[in-house]
Amino acid sequence: MSDAAHHGSQDGLNNGPMLAADGTPLKQSLARSLRREKMRALMLIAPLLLFVVLSFLVPIASMLFRSVENASVEETLPETVAALQTWDATTGELPGEDVYAAFVRDMVVAIDAKTHTRLGSRLNYEETGMSSMFRRSGRQIKKLDPVEDAPFKDTLIDIHKGWGEHQTWAVIKTHSVKYTNGYFLNAIDMQRTPEGAMAQPENKRILIKLFGRTLQMSLIITLACVLLAYPVAYLLANLPMRVSNLLMILVLLPFWTSLLVRTSAWKVMLQQQGVINDTLVWLGLVDDAARLIIINNQIGTIVAMTHILLPFMILPMYSVMQTIPPSYTRAAKSLGANNWTAFWRVYFPQSIPGIGAGSILVFILAIGYYITPEIVGGTKGVFISNRIAYHISSSLNWGLAAALGTILLGVVLILYWVYDKIVGIDNVKLG
Amino acid sequence: MKTLRPIVALAAVSVAGAAAAQEMTIVSWGGAYSESQLRAYHEPYSANTGVTIINDDSSAEAVAKLRAMNEAGNVTWDVVDVVAADAIRLCDEGLALEIDADSQLAAAPDGTPASEDFGDLIVSDCFIPQIVYSTTFGYRTDLVGSTPPTDVCAVFDTAAYPGKRALEKRPINNMEWALICDGVAFDDVYAVLETEEGQDQALAKLATIKDDVVWWSAGADTPQLLADGEIVMGSTYNGRLFSVIEEQNQPVAMLWDAQVFDLDGWIIPAGLSEERTQRALDYVKFATDTQRLADQAKYISYGPARASSAPLVGKHADLGIDMAPHMPTDPNNSKRTFLYNYEFWADYRDDIDAKFQAWLAQ
Repeated sequence: MSDAAHHGSQDGLNNGPMLAADGTPLKQSLARSLRREKMRALMLIAPLLLFVVLSFLVPIASMLFRSVENASVEETLPETVAALQTWDATTGELPGEDVYAAFVRDMVVAIDAKTHTRLGSRLNYEETGMSSMFRRSGRQIKKLDPVEDAPFKDTLIDIHKGWGEHQTWAVIKTHSVKYTNGYFLNAIDMQRTPEGAMAQPENKRILIKLFGRTLQMSLIITLACVLLAYPVAYLLANLPMRVSNLLMILVLLPFWTSLLVRTSAWKVMLQQQGVINDTLVWLGLVDDAARLIIINNQIGTIVAMTHILLPFMILPMYSVMQTIPPSYTRAAKSLGANNWTAFWRVYFPQSIPGIGAGSILVFILAIGYYITPEIVGGTKGVFISNRIAYHISSSLNWGLAAALGTILLGVVLILYWVYDKIVGIDNVKLG
Repeated sequence: MKTLRPIVALAAVSVAGAAAAQEMTIVSWGGAYSESQLRAYHEPYSANTGVTIINDDSSAEAVAKLRAMNEAGNVTWDVVDVVAADAIRLCDEGLALEIDADSQLAAAPDGTPASEDFGDLIVSDCFIPQIVYSTTFGYRTDLVGSTPPTDVCAVFDTAAYPGKRALEKRPINNMEWALICDGVAFDDVYAVLETEEGQDQALAKLATIKDDVVWWSAGADTPQLLADGEIVMGSTYNGRLFSVIEEQNQPVAMLWDAQVFDLDGWIIPAGLSEERTQRALDYVKFATDTQRLADQAKYISYGPARASSAPLVGKHADLGIDMAPHMPTDPNNSKRTFLYNYEFWADYRDDIDAKFQAWLAQ
């Protein structure tokens, strides 16, 4: 636009800038009116923008921030943390009296504010036993005077033998930083130690396995959805309106039923004394003593989730297929293609955008599922989201939950990027 | 969440109106349990005081939600029903009000102060005990042959009792039962469980039945699995088994041996306005007096937390059967019992849970 204004001024008869009706230069006037236009557009979307920022971006950002935020140790024990700076955690010797004295001063303040037990819970994520140590010691330390009762080293060790253990102080020092990578290390089965990042003991490693399982099973579910949804979507798009409307209702009906009801229904279907096994035994296909185990394992999760997510695959496929003119296939056939060639070479390539859109939708939904795996997944069919839910609502280790969530978000973004590179995101259509 | 929304809307409306002073939101577990509280506590309290009580069935997520509300500076709950372990954590996190039992709770009819009447059940400064419930086993009477199990170790005896068993998908209780059935003395269980070797021993014992276990995560799972004949025995809360046996008349019986007692009760969230705190305290004082706790046992088979309530426990309000023999605390049922070790699990829960889940996933 400014280019056009520029040309205008050069081609004009006057050498000065072209003026608008009110005497200001045209360029300036145009810019002003454009700006006004933009402002008006912005005002129109402002409520939505504000809503998205406040209710979506801010909570997500603050949740993600928890994965590195670790102020509570330094805030609760400021003097102790300062005193521990000069102590070398790798020598194996206990810190000196100055640390113990600083600790008592900090604790007296913390106990008054009732924050010492909260710190105990925080440190218990890293070192088992800290929770009761802070709670129990709190009752005793409350009675100490930070000046008169010195020295404190032996007193504290008398109160709880944990204060005489090197590990206690090493943990406090290691986790006293304001921003920590500790939660992210925990999220990938590692831990933060005075010697740097170390692997968790073998018998506590589970999260990486769960990440892998989540991705693998989500892929299987997505694939199963593609295979089942394609013929249904094809029928929906190509049958006469009256029949396809009826079919559409059948697709949408489960969509309107509660997730929990559908999952519980699968339990009734799949369990060993359930409908499927009963039918197979009745037909004589399966021996009564060897009923199939198709629930409380990966099969249960895959079956139930494929069913639940199927509409998310059918609907984008259907809306893309509806836009494919039937005359193309007819033209192919009139040029000598047989039914298969006409479908595979002409129809199928045009339906790929629908498969892409459906697959992304189903895959991303599947990765975050946790209710269904929890109910039908047993031990081998649970996802990483089940652990995130555990850390949010049971262990209250929100830092770790946030780190797990951040990693999951990162994985999804990377997969999205890979998809864009291979298939091209422009190639995704919802109709 | 669904139940929360109308409540939030209601709260918003009530702030505008003058009715605000006459409402309180009480959070509990839903189902038959909330129903028993409604009939034993809420209805008489509302009739006495005119306070409208709004129910919210969010106790399962109460700790996380209270923490989020507290951070947001807007606590919308007045009284919350939680298990004792959650009460301890809420107290540790500074999210629950500390209670002085003797001055803030009702004394027994004979004048015994509340702290003595509740005794050891006051496991945290913030916790107001309400019921004693237990996690115990139920079995299908038609699937165990002629020798019904009397010992908890029947769970590990797949030769004598073939079939699936249901256990909760968490280490608590399962680790204890595994150790007892592996020859550890009752009193040594937690000392053994503190050590790596002890934890491995418990998991190894559990591994002997791993292929025969259905792991449950909701209290309703075991009753459903028992009713469908999917399992031969399974652990769950004793009240759930009571309703399977007495209300639904299923061929199920209780195996009370080595039942684990746990406590459920009230907390009052920290950070309420003075007026709301006073109202919550007034409600809690009423709802945990001797008669009210005994009344609740008319509707559900959980034992009242006060010693003075036990003699007042009568018949079930609808079924007309004597409730005392169905209480986990009845002498016939409590020959061998555990009390949930709160301090131990507060420390070891995350550590052992990680190992337990890793073991499950193997």
